[in-house]
Amino acid sequence: MTVKVQSEDFDVGAELAAMTGGKTGIGGVTLFVGLVRDMAGGESVSAMMLEHYPGMTERQLEAIEAEARARWPLDDALIIHRYGRLEPGDRIVLVATASAHREAAFESCHFLIDWLKTRAPFWKMEATPDGERWVAAKDSDDAAAARWTKPA
Amino acid sequence: MKILYFAWLRTKIGVATETVDLPAEVRDVGTLVEWLKTRSPKHADALANSTVVKVAVNQEHVPYDHPVGPGDEVALFPPVTGG
Repeated sequence: MTVKVQSEDFDVGAELAAMTGGKTGIGGVTLFVGLVRDMAGGESVSAMMLEHYPGMTERQLEAIEAEARARWPLDDALIIHRYGRLEPGDRIVLVATASAHREAAFESCHFLIDWLKTRAPFWKMEATPDGERWVAAKDSDDAAAARWTKPA
Repeated sequence: MKILYFAWLRTKIGVATETVDLPAEVRDVGTLVEWLKTRSPKHADALANSTVVKVAVNQEHVPYDHPVGPGDEVALFPPVTGG
């Protein structure tokens, strides 16, 4: 179970290999990779600056990951979130969950990325032709996270 | 008390952190935010709509009725947009 907050890029294949190497009980891994888009709200985006709260970020990501491990039978989980200046096409975030069963891997990965968007202290600023602007939180992200609080 | 500001709260107020001596009337997050508004016009502007200002005390998300004291690290920020 690993949480990394870093400015550097990550190698999805290497992370997957490290996560599964030697663990023959894993039946499936679900991976989510978030990328920087070149358009937002009808405007072109030339770069994105990701700010975070060092210390709290790691704590929140570890708490979210512990919650996922408590809810699903996971063999492993990994969250990598970048900060700093990123350009369209760059990777922002990787969430990977491994389990003996695919449903647990799919659901826990979905849970983690939904919670990460509403609980992890990251803020995005986009550079557009009209200048720099902070990205507003979306109600749809809150709704996506809220569905996991409903009783199953 | 150490106060941290993030994202547009930081850019509006103009500082990332400040250390303040709390007056007696500050007991919880709500009274802290009201008192911070009196520190400068920039603070007042940034904190004008406190419904969009989120708060963490000692790196945990908390509601406005959460108590605060001199030894706490308090962070104020807009809703998060990671992922």
